[in-house]
Amino acid sequence: MIYRDAGQFKTSYASDQAILPISQDRWFMLGLLFLAFVVIPLIGSDYWLSTILVPFLVFSLAAIGLNILTGYAGLVSLGTGGFMACGAFAAYKITTAFPELNIVLVFLSSGVIAAGVGILFGLPSLRIKGFYLAVATLAAQFFLVWMFNKFPWFTNYSPSGVISAPPRAIWGDVIVTGATATPHARYLFALGMVVILALMAKNMVRANIGREWMAVRDMDIAAEIIGIPMLRTKLLAFAVSSFYCGVAGAAWAFIYTGSVEALAFDINRSFQVLFMVIIGGLGSILGCFLGAAFIVLLPIFISNVPGILGVNVAVDLVSHVEFMILGILILFFLIVEPHGLARLWQIAKEKLRLWPFPH
Amino acid sequence: MPITRLLCAALAAASLLGLGGAAVAQEDQFVPLLVYRTGPYAPNGIPTANGWVDYLKMINARDGGINGVPLSWEECDTAYNNDRGVECYERLKRPTAAAMMPLSTGITYALIDRASADKIPLFTSGYGRTSASYGPVFPYVFTAPITYWGGADVVINYIADQEGGYDQLAGKKIVLVYHDSAYGKEPIGTLEKLAAEHGFELELIPVPHPGLEQKAAWLRIGRQIRPDWTVMWGWGVMNSTAVKEAAAVGYPMERFIGNWWAGAEPDVVPAGDAAVGYKALNFNGVGTEFQAIQDILTHVHDAGNGTGAREEVGSVLYNRGVFMMAMLVEAIRQAQAIHGEQVLTGEQIRDGWEALNLTEERLAALGLANFTKPVQITCVDHEGGGQAFIQQWDGEQWQQISDWYLPNREMLFPMYREDALAYAEEKGTEPRECEGVAAPTSTAQAAPAGG
Repeated sequence: MIYRDAGQFKTSYASDQAILPISQDRWFMLGLLFLAFVVIPLIGSDYWLSTILVPFLVFSLAAIGLNILTGYAGLVSLGTGGFMACGAFAAYKITTAFPELNIVLVFLSSGVIAAGVGILFGLPSLRIKGFYLAVATLAAQFFLVWMFNKFPWFTNYSPSGVISAPPRAIWGDVIVTGATATPHARYLFALGMVVILALMAKNMVRANIGREWMAVRDMDIAAEIIGIPMLRTKLLAFAVSSFYCGVAGAAWAFIYTGSVEALAFDINRSFQVLFMVIIGGLGSILGCFLGAAFIVLLPIFISNVPGILGVNVAVDLVSHVEFMILGILILFFLIVEPHGLARLWQIAKEKLRLWPFPH
Repeated sequence: MPITRLLCAALAAASLLGLGGAAVAQEDQFVPLLVYRTGPYAPNGIPTANGWVDYLKMINARDGGINGVPLSWEECDTAYNNDRGVECYERLKRPTAAAMMPLSTGITYALIDRASADKIPLFTSGYGRTSASYGPVFPYVFTAPITYWGGADVVINYIADQEGGYDQLAGKKIVLVYHDSAYGKEPIGTLEKLAAEHGFELELIPVPHPGLEQKAAWLRIGRQIRPDWTVMWGWGVMNSTAVKEAAAVGYPMERFIGNWWAGAEPDVVPAGDAAVGYKALNFNGVGTEFQAIQDILTHVHDAGNGTGAREEVGSVLYNRGVFMMAMLVEAIRQAQAIHGEQVLTGEQIRDGWEALNLTEERLAALGLANFTKPVQITCVDHEGGGQAFIQQWDGEQWQQISDWYLPNREMLFPMYREDALAYAEEKGTEPRECEGVAAPTSTAQAAPAGG
């Protein structure tokens, strides 16, 4: 009844190819952005902004990175943590070497460095695929974390191997990184970055290059026969994916925790991002956000429930219950909808179009 | 619609309960507790947390709080996970939080800047960032009674005593087996410096988290390197695994020394008889003969209010938890002497931390006579001049086998200062001035008291 596109005529190619062709969707998205940029900073507490929303945004970015590689180009990767570590340590080295450099440029250049590393570790993908490629990227994961742990140059010879983000301003004296930054500044900086990068990713996967990735994913031999260059397409997927992961890693270290050791990007981080992509939906930018919300927000929500209810429950019990509920929900969603939360969202929209009629 | 009605009722009940819970916390002094009762480090996290909670319960039951101000607390489970620790910190932080005790060096690193910005004391007793002991750069971090660098110095001092003096160390081989994280890396710098000074060979063997896989490391130690001494910086399941693997390659337990986080009952009991003879550092008394521990048994456990099992009381980590919380309570008491006997903010309690002076008499008054050595915190020195000893596992319990050792802080304190000033420079902050106190005063004051 409310969600109907009757009467909305597309009279130009531009309107036909818009990201959100239906006006209700456009309004919804505008409302969402208004909510995220204006309402949440006004009403959100420090706890909400700095420990729930910021990690959610950072993980969304990492999930977009992995989804480009795994969901769109079909190249399974377990190296996400390693590429995130590249971004974090590159950002730290760059900003301590050139304190004058604007933090946005620091983040972008750390992404570019991560992209370079991604290309290097993407080379095996030209010869191997599937599970074998996953194992090759696993090597990247272990090698990179080992490298940052082993060579003290990366941490500026910190005795404990921990890097800590110095305060850096985006503009004038608006500090957005480190502990002296206000939660609002950090949240808005992360949000702005994620929105822009997500928009870029969305456009990339709708354009030529995205179609080439999907062709490679669906059948690489057929793609090669119709003239898609494997070398360029696959390595570009690795480069773009690692760029996103690298920026996410830098954001993790600089905006979220403020200090980080290589151990923070171990194999569990890679799995976490992979689960986000699988649960959110392979090959969907929206799915990255849904998956990140599921994996990041749900445990925090569950562990906060006894506090909200005012019931006194032992913390270890809460932690165990949290694992169980999360596990059950993952099973439930994967059985009900193997294509992820993004597919559920799509089905809901189709049903809403006909509502209140069943057919 | 029974489900809707049920949900409405649940929500209404929830909001009522939620309001009730929030109202209580106002006139209590709040103590946030970052604990880990789950995960691979839980065997060590649980007794420590129980010691904390039991001591708080005892103070409330015996004294009705501190000068009439009752204590309240809330736990949050970090599972020794750094990002979970940050989330817990943000969840529990209040203006009236007395101090955060993350019980994890990794979480400490993540919290140093945050806690300083939020003006909440960060109390990292025997762990955390060593150079945070330098008060002018880290006004909100307290590392009393002793740091990892001090611990490393004590271990080498003990080894030198066993070998017959520092001059006998030349040419000896010492291995450091360490948890490959911020925690395990802390002593490396000190050990390298001591190795250069005394001419012993230092081999570093990292063990990846969580430390269940150490076969290769111990084969290398037992068959290839064959060191004269092995030192371990381990935690959680890594410790008991290391003890088992060391026994499997026949490494002599008398020459295997853990730090104070690798020397508790959960570390040796799983290894059974193989662990007999294993040594470790410690800085607090073991057993139940201390008055404060007896008070806990009387006022908390006898009242049926104990947090854990009664047998756990008196164990190494339980007593360490009691010691940490006793220092925290004493800091609140000092802060009340400065700012009045009421609920104080973290910023006010920080002043109490800097006025903390646990003399032998004060320790005895707290029921901790012969439990540990005096600790005095000053504006410059946030470590406070504590001491440590070596203990040995005899198959039943930990026995103290050495005198108390005072770390060589004349060597260490300039190292703290150098690292802290480098940190301040990287952050672009200016160290604050400490009036009329020259560093390091602690060594001079604590030396006569030393054993």
